[in-house]
Amino acid sequence: MYTQAMDTMGKEMAEAPKALRSAEELALQQRFDARIDDGDFIEAKDWMPDNYRKTLLRQISQHAHSEIVGMLPEGNWISRAPTLKRKAILLAKVQDEGGHGLYLYAAAETLGTSRDQMLDALHSGKAKYSSIFNYPTLSWADIGTIGWLVDGAAIMNQVPICRCSYAPYARAMIRICREESFHQRQGFDSLLVMMKDGSDAQRAMVQDAVNRWWWPCLMMFGPPDDQSPNSAQGMRWGIKRVSNDTLRQKFVDATVDQAKVLGVTLPDPDLTWNEERQHWDFGAIDWAEFFRVVAGDGPNNRERLAMRVKAWDDGAWVREAALAHARKHAPQQAAA
Amino acid sequence: MTEANQPATPTEWPLWEVFVRSRAGLDHKHCGSLHAADAAMALQMARDVYTRRQEGCSVWVVRSTDITASDPGDKGMYFDPMEDKVYRHPTFYKLPTEVDHM
Repeated sequence: MYTQAMDTMGKEMAEAPKALRSAEELALQQRFDARIDDGDFIEAKDWMPDNYRKTLLRQISQHAHSEIVGMLPEGNWISRAPTLKRKAILLAKVQDEGGHGLYLYAAAETLGTSRDQMLDALHSGKAKYSSIFNYPTLSWADIGTIGWLVDGAAIMNQVPICRCSYAPYARAMIRICREESFHQRQGFDSLLVMMKDGSDAQRAMVQDAVNRWWWPCLMMFGPPDDQSPNSAQGMRWGIKRVSNDTLRQKFVDATVDQAKVLGVTLPDPDLTWNEERQHWDFGAIDWAEFFRVVAGDGPNNRERLAMRVKAWDDGAWVREAALAHARKHAPQQAAA
Repeated sequence: MTEANQPATPTEWPLWEVFVRSRAGLDHKHCGSLHAADAAMALQMARDVYTRRQEGCSVWVVRSTDITASDPGDKGMYFDPMEDKVYRHPTFYKLPTEVDHM
């Protein structure tokens, strides 16, 4: 999920060409551009411009961080799931998120940064993760809503990245997208049960969850295209394939019908079908809130990061012990 | 591959490449990498990470540093010479219709 990196990294990305140093590098740059134009994939050991590497590293590592931090709001509900079936499903989903984080860290590592360096950047607050995980999961309906809306938005966002010019990232995304569909469907299914067979209180709980998650989900796609200075360079490099606003519109269009089936209303009085555009019009998004949450001042930023750091610190002795054990037994293995 | 795969800090677990055989009778295929302290742990984690949905029936793990790879810069020199050897393919030979199923 969650590729807000390019929108939150300032404008340095577009300054790439000025850094060119020699005729040799210029030739490499031209060959690289030609390969991108031909739709060629770039592999880890191929030459690439520094800013291409830097931008990818930032995007892929933020994407990985989002998967890992995304386990926290859902993990809270594993022990509170209403039935054994829902608990098994949620466990499988949270395990998937951990796996997705791992595929992405591995892809980012091919760019020459170690896993520890990336985790350090996350834990020190230098690296970001998706704004969406700084919102609380207050009721069981939040878990279904995350599957339906948050993972639904993530799928919209991620499918085009399967065609990203950087092959290790594209390969990781293909694997992730294959697994992500289950996440959205289980969420919708869980909400549908509450809406169809549940009590009035349960139906109200679903509506309340949808009310709280709808707008933050629309923010997941990043700022509007005219306020997204790095989008053009991302498109040029084949890292970004579809613009923020296009993806957001696609998500709204797909979700309106799903909400009808579910029997919930989306909390936007301006949501109206536009016959001329053949799309749903929707109300203004509070971008001040988005930037506030990205900057660290969302409802749960501190709690999420503190929990992440605690898990890492508490696990330190396990990592050290495993390494010590492996070193102790290494000579025997070599001799065998 | 080598430089990036050396642990940047002595506390980081080494990197392993994972190969999975999806069905009996097929080849093992590279599917990704992971960090693990030793081979036994690498195998166990490979199972958890890469075969959560019955994607495989056999797993190989190998230390990334133990793989020697061809240089992408030599790609042309290495692989292109085969391009003009069309006689290596059965379709190069036009045979009479009666025996063309050969």
